[in-house]
Amino acid sequence: MNYKFKVGCSIENLKGVRDFIRSSLKNHNISELEISEIVLALDEMCSNLMIHAHQCNPDDLFELIISVEKNHPLVFELIDDGTVFDINEFNTPALDNIVHEKRKGGLGIRLVKSIMDKIEYQKTGGRNICRLVKTVHFI
Amino acid sequence: MIHIKRLQEDGADVIALVGEIDASSSIELDLAIAKSVGEGFSKILVDCSALEYISSAGLGVFMSYIEEFKDRNIKMVLFGMSDKVANTFSILGLNELLHIGKDKVQAKQIVNEL
Repeated sequence: MNYKFKVGCSIENLKGVRDFIRSSLKNHNISELEISEIVLALDEMCSNLMIHAHQCNPDDLFELIISVEKNHPLVFELIDDGTVFDINEFNTPALDNIVHEKRKGGLGIRLVKSIMDKIEYQKTGGRNICRLVKTVHFI
Repeated sequence: MIHIKRLQEDGADVIALVGEIDASSSIELDLAIAKSVGEGFSKILVDCSALEYISSAGLGVFMSYIEEFKDRNIKMVLFGMSDKVANTFSILGLNELLHIGKDKVQAKQIVNEL
């Protein structure tokens, strides 16, 4: 089953993005805790996209597609036409470095990488697709 | 949307977080903590019992104060987290770096022993 959500790049819209993810996943027998981790990782990916690739321009739109198929890994796609912000190119900073440098960022990358199994980027016809894969336990 | 309430109890500043903290609202958490520090409190309790969600932006605010608080001998204890919020802190191992109590009573104990 596929769920699609199109939203402008204002960080005020993150709440709506989270609600969309929760409601898409809630009737698929996935545990609350796993859903909350997925919400966290996607919130991070979407806010990165809004801030770094679109400078929070509310007129720039991106699309989030969630594919759910029982007993298969979940697939999440973020589609936009901005500059690619590939988190695989960023080293995951050590936690004590984040504390020492008082970095407010950096944590998010750690978070996404520890929650998702796979993060890959693809460019087709001027559009960027960021695909995240997560194996969940279907109850 | 986050709503932040502050009250003072037994010489500690209690900051209660109500709602959700994400990239659009983490600045309010930052301002509330900065205000508490600015007013000279050395014991800060953060009530998370009505905190429904926190993203990495919010976690980053807590992280950013760790060193400053160590240097200035300011003690901060968080308490009352739901399982989901507690899990967010533990995914990154922040439960090892921050002081977290079960409830307000335990948080007061911890802050007085630090």
